[in-house]
Amino acid sequence: MTDPVLDVRGLCKSFGGLVASKNIDLDLRPGEIHALIGPNGAGKSTLIKQITGGLRPDSGRVYFNGEDVSALSTAARARRGMGRTFQISSLAMEYSVLQNAVLGALGHRGDVFRFFNRVMKDAELVAAAEHALEQVGLAEFRGLRTSDLSHGQRRQLEVAVALTLDPRAFLMDEPMAGLGAEGSHRLVGFLDGLRQQAPILLIEHDMDAVFALADRISVLVYGEIVATGTVEDIRSNPVVRSAYLGEEDVA
Amino acid sequence: MKRESLLNAALMAVLLAVPLVAWVSDEPFLITLATRAVIFAIAGVGLNFALGFGGMVSLGHAVFFGLGGYAMGILAYHAQTYTTLMDWPFALDGTKMMPIIWLVAIAVSSLAALAIGALSLRTTGVYFIMITLAFGQMFYYFAISWPAYGGEDGLSIYVRNEFPGLNTMDPIQYFMVCYVLLSLVLFGVYRAAHSSFGLVLRAARQNEDRVQAVGQAPYRLYLTAFAISGAITGLAGALFADLNRFVSPTMLSWQTSGEIMIFVILGGVGRVFGPVAGAALFILLEHTLGGLSEFWHIYLGAILLGVVLFARGGLYGLLAGREVAHD
Repeated sequence: MTDPVLDVRGLCKSFGGLVASKNIDLDLRPGEIHALIGPNGAGKSTLIKQITGGLRPDSGRVYFNGEDVSALSTAARARRGMGRTFQISSLAMEYSVLQNAVLGALGHRGDVFRFFNRVMKDAELVAAAEHALEQVGLAEFRGLRTSDLSHGQRRQLEVAVALTLDPRAFLMDEPMAGLGAEGSHRLVGFLDGLRQQAPILLIEHDMDAVFALADRISVLVYGEIVATGTVEDIRSNPVVRSAYLGEEDVA
Repeated sequence: MKRESLLNAALMAVLLAVPLVAWVSDEPFLITLATRAVIFAIAGVGLNFALGFGGMVSLGHAVFFGLGGYAMGILAYHAQTYTTLMDWPFALDGTKMMPIIWLVAIAVSSLAALAIGALSLRTTGVYFIMITLAFGQMFYYFAISWPAYGGEDGLSIYVRNEFPGLNTMDPIQYFMVCYVLLSLVLFGVYRAAHSSFGLVLRAARQNEDRVQAVGQAPYRLYLTAFAISGAITGLAGALFADLNRFVSPTMLSWQTSGEIMIFVILGGVGRVFGPVAGAALFILLEHTLGGLSEFWHIYLGAILLGVVLFARGGLYGLLAGREVAHD
């Protein structure tokens, strides 16, 4: 079996008496979409934060492409290829759509300490940015101010900025939230193809999307991974059914 | 974009026209007033680089303004008393040459900004404001209690420093020196605002998480911006001290920091030419209101309150609308 791109081992985190992550083992293999599901408050976003570096775990390690990145900053992990989208859109709201995408391409290229160039006239950056915007279907809105975008469009822009980073793995925190039926459908089709480019760790509440996309699913309940397996495994797992998918299915 | 460019051009034209008219009609006082406005504008443009582009609310920029002033004062003092600045490890004389003084002022204030920034930028929000204020007070009281360069009384320079080929004691010639420097600073800052660095720095002000997610550490961006900001304000300090031929601890006081911030807020935070409009308006108010009453700051305060409450973007927000995303 190929080595995992992302390998989380024994991650623990508690806030006072609240255990947010309980000895979590999780990996992401090349070419797959690994969905992370769980009820609200299960610790999904806390887990993502520990993986991307925003929150320091109490114990445990995070390996990325075989390298121990546990001690690295968020920025350093991003430079190593973690492409993250936020649960709540985290964009430069005063910038145009294109500027946000160029920001991603520039961050990826790395030469930010240039004081006299005209960054929005940089053909290479603008081309990379526009390509990403086209992929998510935002090309026609490139000139719009980001704060004027609809909620769903901001979600798309989040994905576009992650694309400009040309990451080794995507970590997407509820990319479908607020997209609407058509938007979700579109994004499902897009992510389906994206896994060839880089594997995706997908946190998502939209179960149709999860079941349509995921190669594997992990279920997080009260900070603990109660099950990991294929769509069929998870659907038929009695623990998962009672904990998450709803009692009425069991009854 | 168009409206803002027009406003920029008009502002710079008026700032040039007033002293020229005053020169023709032989009113040197007006020229000095315009020179003050230009120098304050440079100081404001400097603070705006940190405050407007990087979101660093520094209440300690008087440090850099004052250091620029003392760089000029100390160099010129040794030159006019024919004493050496230092004897060890090598002998160094003072100087009356403006370009050298400016470079020293820029070097000293940017180094101070690096040191102060490196410590202060570990905090954010109110704590950052307080710690920069604290550094300002530190420098202020140090200047007061250090007798070598006048202490509380400050340091007087007999003759304004020299610029090759010019008579700097002629008000209009010194005005032109300052005006050209302001133009150069504005050009540099405009380019920086639209550069790679500017894009990432201004993004960090809006959303630090975003900048980290694209692989850049905000701290280095902030510190660099803070140093550039300090350097520009330091240059303004050297020019201001030369205008008055006098430097004193007042330049380092927190009131000075507050005034520089007023230029920025009046003009429009984050707008390249905003502090120029702010400084010009400030001088205008100081001159007109100051003529009415000694307590003109009350009216200034009321106007400032109005700007903060009703015209968040300052003069530029009022006249040019919100900033248009540049493509």
